[in-house]
Amino acid sequence: MRLILFLTGLLAMIMAVTGPVRADEAELRAAIAKFAEATKFSETEAVIEEIAGLGDPAAATALNELSEGQVMVRESDGEVFVIRGKDDNVQLLDPLTLEVVGTATEDDLRKIKIKNSIRRMIADVVSGLTLRAKDPKIRMQAAETIFSRPDEDIIETLDAVIAEEQDDRVRQAFIDARAAAVLDSDMSEAEKLEAVDILETRGGRDVLPILTTVSNSDIATVAEAAKTAIASVEERLMFWAAGQNIWYGISLGSVLLLAAIGLAITFGVMGVINMAHGEMVMLGAYTTFVVQEVIRNSAPGMFDYSLAIALPLAFLVAGTAGFVLERGVIRFLYGRPLETLLATWGVSLILQQTVRTIFGPTNREVGNPSWMSGSFEVGEILITTNRLWIVVFSLVVFAILLIVLKRTRFGLQMRAVTQNRPMASSMGIATPWVDAFTFALGSGIAGIAGVALSQIDNVSPNLGQGYIIDSFMVVVFGGVGNLWGTLVGALTLGVANKFLEPYAGAVLAKIFILVFIILFIQKRPRGLFALKGRSVET
Amino acid sequence: MNFFRKTLTGALAGAALAASALVNAATAQEDTIKVGILHSLSGTMAISETTLKDVMEMLIDEQNKKGGLLGKQLEAVVVDPASDWPLFAEKARELITGDGVDVVFGCWTSVSRKSVLPVFEELNSILFYPVQYEGEESQRNVFYTGAAPNQQAIPAVDYLMEEEGVERWVLAGTDYVYPRTTNKILEAYLKDKGVAEEDIMINYTPFGHSDWQTIVADIKAFGSAGKKTAVVSTINGDANVPFYKELGNQGIEASDIPVVAFSVGEEELAGLDTGPLVGHLAAWNYFQSVDTPENEEFIATWKARMGDDRVTNDPMEAHYIGFNMWVKAVEAAGTTDADAVIDALPGIETPNLTGGTSVMLPNHHITKPVLIGEIQDDGQFEVVSETEDLVPGDAWSDFLPESKPLKSDWIELKCGNYNTETEKCLGSSS
Repeated sequence: MRLILFLTGLLAMIMAVTGPVRADEAELRAAIAKFAEATKFSETEAVIEEIAGLGDPAAATALNELSEGQVMVRESDGEVFVIRGKDDNVQLLDPLTLEVVGTATEDDLRKIKIKNSIRRMIADVVSGLTLRAKDPKIRMQAAETIFSRPDEDIIETLDAVIAEEQDDRVRQAFIDARAAAVLDSDMSEAEKLEAVDILETRGGRDVLPILTTVSNSDIATVAEAAKTAIASVEERLMFWAAGQNIWYGISLGSVLLLAAIGLAITFGVMGVINMAHGEMVMLGAYTTFVVQEVIRNSAPGMFDYSLAIALPLAFLVAGTAGFVLERGVIRFLYGRPLETLLATWGVSLILQQTVRTIFGPTNREVGNPSWMSGSFEVGEILITTNRLWIVVFSLVVFAILLIVLKRTRFGLQMRAVTQNRPMASSMGIATPWVDAFTFALGSGIAGIAGVALSQIDNVSPNLGQGYIIDSFMVVVFGGVGNLWGTLVGALTLGVANKFLEPYAGAVLAKIFILVFIILFIQKRPRGLFALKGRSVET
Repeated sequence: MNFFRKTLTGALAGAALAASALVNAATAQEDTIKVGILHSLSGTMAISETTLKDVMEMLIDEQNKKGGLLGKQLEAVVVDPASDWPLFAEKARELITGDGVDVVFGCWTSVSRKSVLPVFEELNSILFYPVQYEGEESQRNVFYTGAAPNQQAIPAVDYLMEEEGVERWVLAGTDYVYPRTTNKILEAYLKDKGVAEEDIMINYTPFGHSDWQTIVADIKAFGSAGKKTAVVSTINGDANVPFYKELGNQGIEASDIPVVAFSVGEEELAGLDTGPLVGHLAAWNYFQSVDTPENEEFIATWKARMGDDRVTNDPMEAHYIGFNMWVKAVEAAGTTDADAVIDALPGIETPNLTGGTSVMLPNHHITKPVLIGEIQDDGQFEVVSETEDLVPGDAWSDFLPESKPLKSDWIELKCGNYNTETEKCLGSSS
């Protein structure tokens, strides 16, 4: 391994002096063709070493494709191709130029097997080959790879590229990588002390492994410097960790909010103990699945819009289910909470088993649109895009619901009915229909929560069960009948849970939260934001 | 809440029970051999267990096509214990006394198995249990065709140690008996191998845990101590999907911190976008991707029956082996009588789907190969390591001080937990 890196480094040096000279292309092709005979992992490794020995940056493409598992051998003549597509419609690409040179079916092709250790080997080789790549992103990645697995043989090469590099950020990455490599080598004490300094300035979690190794070094001064550096890096990390916890808490809180907000209407405003609430969430998630299936089969290009299409549909599906449930069952049971509880529990079982019969008991795959995948960093806080969108989405849903309740005629009628039913009725409001539509609204909101939750949880018939307890907890804690209470309740529980989790573990944290809520309800039976006024007494 | 749940499921189950009894009485015939299938078809475990019911029906149909057994046709009796542990015991009793089945294939979770054990002992019937489990058990009426810890967990850890050079370990599991016992064994094993206390992190999460942000961040932090780190996951069922999604989102790649899972198979991956998981590992005794003629035939029959998008997995193979062993034992004994079949089973050999021959051992466990597979982007596994010989299942782990001296042998010693130090049999159950 070290030898290869040394060789690639050496070749890169020569190239730097004499200008870009491509190694003989035929030689590289011959080396790549040898993959056809490599049936054991050790043989594949040998071929990669040979390719690395040629030091030709053109090999990087083929190696990366191999790492992705896209390199296959045509069984009939043993030629090696990069492939795209699958089943009967596989395109064969030239491994160096990536030009399409033919098609084949999957049955004719044999994949070149790789495993993690080979992937690491490829990453190392490619990083050596791509230190001078045109794209700064690729150079950056090469630097990061060297940083994570430094090797002293590459220091000279790095010195050369640092001198040439124009892009400041990439140069800094090279300098960091060089510092990591220096600490792994037998270089002088002064060099090492300087490297420790560089790493300390860089900070972040990934310098800790290197510094920890150095702190056991034989050279006392270097070890001492590393220890101070670790302390300072960890201090900065501690500060960020608190921020990270708050973010996790908000993110968990937003999930709770989404799950509970529909219940805040049906249970909070109407007072119906709706055990089938979780199943409305599930219906929304399955609607998303169906929408994505249709899009996959008819218009794959629209996939990124699938969630936007699913939202109104999920609202309609769950809303209709809620409407039917209210008209068919619940309206006969107003004022009898125990019967409502049992009846809606029964309905939830029926809905679960229906979905199980139609879609099967196994999880269904709901894909993340590209704009919801991945993550970015703010300082040392890692923010995953899908969580960020869910936080935003839950707040938007909350705002819309608030406007509907406070600013629309329907909202006014709804509040009138819940506050004083006989008076609302005598004012000419058709209270049974307001009940039905209120319940449908609450269920519909649960449905769109299902669309969001399908992005982070399993879409299975049991999806709703996991949220029902949490939802009731949030509504009761926040104060029955108050939307703001639900918001504050959800976020408080989320953040509290996440601050407890690192100390108590996930299981205990949940128990603590439950105990806390029980105690809290003893003190304030109506929750955080209690409704005041006559309506409460009736 | 819980009270209502129990009474309700109880009432529903009662109704279902009455209905199934009626149906069974109507179709019962004297000239068939009845095979009980005790797998949840509703509730949380339906996701995993329904497939096993399907594969048992397939195996029974195939056997009937070959002319049945002892000149009689086989008849499957299916009941639904609805993922409710006490109901497993009721249903088992119903199968044995009510329907008069000669053998039962069933259970998934350890707690469901523990709940039916006394029933099988009391009524002296036979249970084939197809799922990898924590060991520390050997019962006369039960045949364990899934992996014991030494056939799955220990070889997986060995692989990570030798091939990936892992020095720091995260043992993450769902909070119940299988992960707790397995992690206890693994912890003892790792310490035995010289891994320091501070290089092991153990973490438990509730069933169906869906918010993995903190734990994944912890794993990331734990992994940045300068030593190669791996996660050994006994996380069960549905909780896996959000766990892997979070790993992908936080940018933990398999080449940095590999996760080796004991409960993630082809079936679990079917509901998952496997792109970010490529390279993570699973340890099983069977993968659908294994290239043998037996496996090809098995998959073809399965897909022809259930549809092209269905996958096969390890517990299905365990049922395949178990069923064939039972058939052979009944043929050898010439009767389906429980005592005769229990005595005939040890020593029975039958080909498994990975090209070897599995043997039923005197401790009622079987020999199996151990395969380590890497997840591929098509949701299948690529075998990266395989034991040379079949590994015999060990009921009592050698790495726990309390079970080290115990030995199970139903042929010579007639005992499931014989203490080799005091030379006494401790009785039928653990």
